[in-house]
Amino acid sequence: MNTIIFRTLAPLIVGIMLVFSLYICLRGHNEPGGGFIGGLIGAAAIAVLGMSSGAGEARRALRVDPLAIAGFGVFIAGLSGLMSLFIEAPFMTSIWLYLPLGDDVVPLSTPLVFDLGVYLVVFGTIAAIALGLEGDGGEES
Amino acid sequence: MAFGTDANIALVAIAPFIAALLAPLLQHIAKPFAGWILALVPAGIFAFLLTLIDPVIANGSVAARIEWVPAFDLVLSFYIDGLSLTFALTVSAIGALIVLYSGAYLKGHPHLGRFLAFLLAFMGAMLGLVLADNLLALFIFWELTSVTSFLLIGFDHTRQASRRGAIQALVITNIGGMALLAGAVLVHQLTGQWDMSALGDEVRGSGLYGLVLLLFIAAAFTKSAQVPFHFWLPNAMEAPTPVSAFLHSATMVQAGVYLLARTTPWLGGTEVWTAILVCFGGATLLWGALGALRQIDLKQMLAQTTIASLGLSVLLIGLGTPAAISAFIIYFVAHAAYKAGLFMAVGAIDHEAGTRDITVLGGLADKMPVTFIGAAMACLAMIGLPLTLGYFAKEEMYLGLLSWHWPDMAVLLVLVAGNALLAGVAMLILVKPFLGPVLPTPKSAHEAPLAMLAGPVLLGAGAIAAAVMTDWLGHTVLVPGASAVLRQPVESHLTLALNPMSPLLWLSVATWVLGWLVYRQAAVLRTLLRRLESGLGWSADSLFDVVMFGLIRFSGAITRLLHHGRLELYLVAVFIGLAVALIAPLLLLGGYNVLLPTADFGDWSAWLRWPDLNLYEWGVVLLALIGLGAVLAAPTRLFAIIALGIQGMAVALIFLLYAAPDLAFTQLMVEILSVVILALVMTRLRLDERDPRPFEDWARDGTIAVVCGAGVSLFLMVVLSGTLNTRLSDFFTATSVPIAHGSNIVNVILVDYRGFDTLGEISVVMGAGIAIMALLRRRKQPTATPPKPTSRRRKKVAA
Repeated sequence: MNTIIFRTLAPLIVGIMLVFSLYICLRGHNEPGGGFIGGLIGAAAIAVLGMSSGAGEARRALRVDPLAIAGFGVFIAGLSGLMSLFIEAPFMTSIWLYLPLGDDVVPLSTPLVFDLGVYLVVFGTIAAIALGLEGDGGEES
Repeated sequence: MAFGTDANIALVAIAPFIAALLAPLLQHIAKPFAGWILALVPAGIFAFLLTLIDPVIANGSVAARIEWVPAFDLVLSFYIDGLSLTFALTVSAIGALIVLYSGAYLKGHPHLGRFLAFLLAFMGAMLGLVLADNLLALFIFWELTSVTSFLLIGFDHTRQASRRGAIQALVITNIGGMALLAGAVLVHQLTGQWDMSALGDEVRGSGLYGLVLLLFIAAAFTKSAQVPFHFWLPNAMEAPTPVSAFLHSATMVQAGVYLLARTTPWLGGTEVWTAILVCFGGATLLWGALGALRQIDLKQMLAQTTIASLGLSVLLIGLGTPAAISAFIIYFVAHAAYKAGLFMAVGAIDHEAGTRDITVLGGLADKMPVTFIGAAMACLAMIGLPLTLGYFAKEEMYLGLLSWHWPDMAVLLVLVAGNALLAGVAMLILVKPFLGPVLPTPKSAHEAPLAMLAGPVLLGAGAIAAAVMTDWLGHTVLVPGASAVLRQPVESHLTLALNPMSPLLWLSVATWVLGWLVYRQAAVLRTLLRRLESGLGWSADSLFDVVMFGLIRFSGAITRLLHHGRLELYLVAVFIGLAVALIAPLLLLGGYNVLLPTADFGDWSAWLRWPDLNLYEWGVVLLALIGLGAVLAAPTRLFAIIALGIQGMAVALIFLLYAAPDLAFTQLMVEILSVVILALVMTRLRLDERDPRPFEDWARDGTIAVVCGAGVSLFLMVVLSGTLNTRLSDFFTATSVPIAHGSNIVNVILVDYRGFDTLGEISVVMGAGIAIMALLRRRKQPTATPPKPTSRRRKKVAA
């Protein structure tokens, strides 16, 4: 699989896939998509990168250990639930903030943060497994 | 925001835990002063609780409520009445002295910070326990005391005895903890209440009273080391001395006694209650007191007297008369003060003289005068001489039993005997190490540091000072405490005057004289008791070992049976189970009748016709069929995996065509990733290109696969033939935009309506990821753990 065509095209594909995965994640509240599927697409992108350039290269490109990304995902997902304590509401009560930016209104919410947490968990875990299988068994090389 | 009483009381319950988190850091920064600084936390709690005395006396109680899980009507309620205030004050006062003492006792210990953290958390758990009104909160704090005491008893974890003591305490007290949880749930089921203060006669009147009583008594008896669960307490002595001092005086073991006192208003007062508590309490009293005489280790002697004192407390609660409950309240305070003081004094002796053996100690009074004064005051209180708290406790307990009915007389005799034995032990502790000729000790003894002296002296002085102020004692401690237990006003009649005409005085004198005789004959009694023990040859302690080892062997056998390590057998078992679970209910419950054509169908073969599909739909079906055919015809494993991917792709397309874009999306990605990952696994494992299984295995696995597939298909067909209940989907469609501000119902359910489930699921995903990584790493390092069986099997497979 390590052909020159694949190696040349892979970074381009990976970049598009990663942007697409974020897009899918963010549109999830109103259109098909969401954190889980977005994370899967992102992880597939990392798997493609690993196949084309090797697991070590993919790991370096990520800069952070994929499992640490997953852990951070669980952390911010939990944190988004705790935010409701500040408005004296039960755990995981969603809070919405409508931010006016020029002509548009940007809705921000704790479910969005939660969904990003889901994204990071799925992305990190699947990427870690794919990279671990592809090459170095999870050790930094 | 100004803090109300609610927040303050919650803060009292939380502050020790915050201090516990900070303790290691603080110990790192302010090395020798960490104990002094951290002691301010319990001292502050003590000071705050003192301000609650007046409201409690005036109103009977102070309550605080914090919403916990409003969806289930769970409220974290705290309730402070005379009883819980007495306990909380004792816990925080002794806690402050213990923290101070620990800083000096374990000075220079590499894990002092950790120790202080455990100790503060332990104190917090006990404080929460006595303040909690909610039964579930009570249970949580109850278990927290078990867990933190486990950490403390096993603190010196390099020693086997220490680990055993910790495990034993945890096992025994956790059995009780489970009983408490069951009891709490049962009480809630019976009454609909979680708050103990709201309970009246409902429990006593119900048919399940016996069971509830049994569960609560099991909890209290295991925690408070009553016969036959007494044996863990002496083994808990493996903990560092400050822990013992705290555990025996104000925390952990007193939790069981507290539970009995707390439940008295709505569980106690019946004949069964009195009979069980008095019998077991009396037996524990005598057993512990005799056990103390058998020992020569000062710490062990004190531990055994604690068992006796706990038995005495249980007995008093069992009697339940106003005098007995008054005696219990005073006795609790007196015992906490003198037992903590004595433990600290013994710790000081051990620390400075290097031994705790009572037969080789002597004449320490000259070298450690301050320790001696503290210990002497504590011992006087333990003997129960006038002008000490112990005296009032003794007077009150005798007072309730002055009648000429035989059960009262029998209990009175047990009490006099127990008190006499305890007095004898107290005299031994007072006289042997401190007075008499100076004996050589391993270390040259000298006075302990100030932080270690504060406890014994202050507590000893307190045990005497409180007794001198009889009016204050009666007004602020006895009356609120006893009234809270009995739920009716109790009068205080404490007085310092000695009345020679009263039989009470003569009972006290008899106790002292008997105690003195015990002291004189201690050596003879000890030999006698030891001979008796070795004659018996078995104890509850050794029985515990037998049971534990049996349990370990049993679980080992079960594990080997179920967890034999052969993946193929696991898979066979799982899929046979799946097939049975799918097909059996359908067959037995007649589910297939739904699928069979009914009589009024007429010629049902006419109904068999091609489904009405569009061309592209036929294309997708064709794609699925091609994929299926390719899987079956695949010449190599890799080919089969990719063919399976085609199959999955077709399924994703079907989802897409039938308006489930989210599902299609996810299915597509999962298919892609599973093909990638499976392909990677295949290339990594260096398996054969082709399937090497013999025909029988191949036929067996194929049959199971076909049966499972047929089962799933039939099951789905049966499900689809029913009418669809759209209640939930209607609800989600209607509310998703107004409530959750999102129009994608699937995502809204995932992140909003059922966000808590999703949080659990992503945690599981993460956990599974970690487990997979661990397995992969293990495979990469064959030298660390040689995977012999695996490699052999792989060779066999390859051959």
